[in-house]
Amino acid sequence: MAILELQNLKKYYATQKAVDDISFSIPEGSIFGLLGPNGAGKTTLLRMITGIFYPDSGHIFFDGKKFNPVDDIPKIGYMPEERGLYKKMKIGEQALYLAQLKGMSRHDAMKKIKEWFVKFEMESWWNKKVNDLSKGMGQKLQFVTTVLHNPKLLILDEPFSGLDPVNSNLIKDEIFKLAQNGTTIIFSTHRMEQVEEICGHIVLVNKGKKILDGTVSQVKNDFKEHIFKVGFDELPEKFMSHSFEVVGSKDTFLNVKIKDGNKPVNVLEEFLNHKASIVSFNEVLPSLNDIFIRQVQELKQEPHTELTN
Amino acid sequence: MNKIWLVIKREYSTRVRNRTFILSTILLPLFFIGFIFASAYFSATSTEKQKVAVSDSNGIFRNSFQSSDLITYEFPPDVNADNFKEKGYSAFLKIPDDYSSGKDSIALISTKQLGLDAEGKIKDQINAAIRNQAFLRNNIDRKILDSINNIDEDRMYNFRTIVKQGTKTEKSNAALSYGIGYGSGFLIYITLFIYGAAVMRGVMEEKMNRIAEVIISSVRPFQLMVGKILGIAAVGLTQLLIWIVLIVLLSSVSTSFFSADALHHAQTMNSTMGAAGNSSAAANFLNARDTFLSANWGLIIPCFLFYFIGGYLFYAALFAAVGSVVNEDPQEAQALMLPITMPIILSFVIMATAVGKPDAPISVWGSMIPFSSPIVMMARIPSGNVPGWQIIVSMLSLVAGFILTTMLAAKIYRTGILLYGKKVTLKEMGKWLFRKS
Repeated sequence: MAILELQNLKKYYATQKAVDDISFSIPEGSIFGLLGPNGAGKTTLLRMITGIFYPDSGHIFFDGKKFNPVDDIPKIGYMPEERGLYKKMKIGEQALYLAQLKGMSRHDAMKKIKEWFVKFEMESWWNKKVNDLSKGMGQKLQFVTTVLHNPKLLILDEPFSGLDPVNSNLIKDEIFKLAQNGTTIIFSTHRMEQVEEICGHIVLVNKGKKILDGTVSQVKNDFKEHIFKVGFDELPEKFMSHSFEVVGSKDTFLNVKIKDGNKPVNVLEEFLNHKASIVSFNEVLPSLNDIFIRQVQELKQEPHTELTN
Repeated sequence: MNKIWLVIKREYSTRVRNRTFILSTILLPLFFIGFIFASAYFSATSTEKQKVAVSDSNGIFRNSFQSSDLITYEFPPDVNADNFKEKGYSAFLKIPDDYSSGKDSIALISTKQLGLDAEGKIKDQINAAIRNQAFLRNNIDRKILDSINNIDEDRMYNFRTIVKQGTKTEKSNAALSYGIGYGSGFLIYITLFIYGAAVMRGVMEEKMNRIAEVIISSVRPFQLMVGKILGIAAVGLTQLLIWIVLIVLLSSVSTSFFSADALHHAQTMNSTMGAAGNSSAAANFLNARDTFLSANWGLIIPCFLFYFIGGYLFYAALFAAVGSVVNEDPQEAQALMLPITMPIILSFVIMATAVGKPDAPISVWGSMIPFSSPIVMMARIPSGNVPGWQIIVSMLSLVAGFILTTMLAAKIYRTGILLYGKKVTLKEMGKWLFRKS
């Protein structure tokens, strides 16, 4: 079942169409990547999902019902890209305040904060001020305040920016744990290697429009170019081939692209006929990064169609 | 509603525990008292003693001039305009023979300005001498003249002004109502700036710390803004209350400067022979306190609280709107604040007129329009002759005014608080006002 469904969302500003007719749905319990270059409309989209902005038109359904910010906001945790904390407030009080704003009782909030502080080894921080924390420590606190109220939907906008690898991993593990316990996570970023590692499902937006939608493996499959990486003991001598062409080589590896109408087995046969000693043979799938760059640049080359209509 | 309460609570508790709050609450009254004492001290010690040499060839003035504590007159024969300084005089008064013909004038020569006060006293002496001369010419006996001149009229009677409105009569004291009017108007003027700026800085802090968006995803921008404004209002009231308690404490401490006997004595003297005849320090103090208590505090204090809060609410939302559109550069705030600070400063200017002329049209209008009413009305009320309907209209329009400014400011705030890296002009803010949600 979809926890969140967007239908034909639109939000226009005076000078640009920030979100222009976007629809997609997010299955419950999934880790969902919302990707796009800077200025693509991600933040506007997230602000509509978190009830900060009202869409100009279109509908949002949350948990099977029409989205109603007042009732649904306590079920959402949002860590915006532009995030921060009160610098002069004590950390414990700050976490308590933010939890109470999400509708938790003081008692429940205290219990939860203590749990999370123990988990992240932050117990001794309670009376410190944010000013006294390092940037990474601040990020950890920010994450804790976002998940304190056990949201059904967790929205993280660039959650790893500014974190060292150790803390990155700590938070990544928590994200996986939350997902296993049924929390749906929207993960917005433009760092593709993280998306490949974490997300099951992605949507790519650019200039306010959705240009890709699907599971990571499905998207990669859709964009595969039938390139295989072949490893040899030593490189065979060059020969004319009817089933493939060489598109790259490094050390004892060749990257070959299979010509239309041929299959991998034809390539292997041809190599074997030339007495090449093959040690490995793998399909090369495009990285999300490649797909992202290609898609975004393709759109750049045809910008006029959008402006004229 | 519950969320506004949470915001108010946070605003209040973090501010009241802040070191600057504690310091300013205690230090400001001390600073004021110190200021009053210092200015009294300087005005008492800075009056120099003047020694004036008078050249009076007719000898008419010689017997009439009376030296006082501050100015002594001497009639040395060999002093002139060129050498009075060397002879140890601070000024030289030259009265020519035919001073009354209009051809020549009486000249007061000094090396530096004597000041208006000293000039006036010297002229009084000249006038008195001329008058005495006229009496003597008309055969009035010198002894009789001296005894008449020695009458101290002010000591001979008590004077009260009474304002009669219908059946109600009230003691009026122009100086007191001037003082209270000016004081309360000034206090509101200052607090508008102090607490208005606190609201603005609070909003800017939330925006620059980037916590605004985190909070806005849990509460509506309007709730956050109103919570902040009310929280700071509570801080302001707390501060005011502490000041009032301090003033009451200090004034009761000041009573103890005088022994109970002296006060009792002064009281009985006052009742038997009237305040005018009794000039002991204790009696002066009692008189001052009686005059002070004679003001219509039952009206003044509730009105002050109303205009204090109303004026704050009217401007605080506007300050919040400005704070929400400012980016990293605090200089921007200066420019955007101008449209808010101008009416406040203008109100102060109108107030300066209103304390003296509470019924002048500019005072009446100024006290009705919500932009200036908090300051101007407080200047008029102590005079005691503001019609009730004017107070009611003024209060209603202030309430309507702050509801309106809060609604307008909320529209700017909502957009501004989430807008980063873009310099916002007044024109754009205007556009946001008329955009529907």
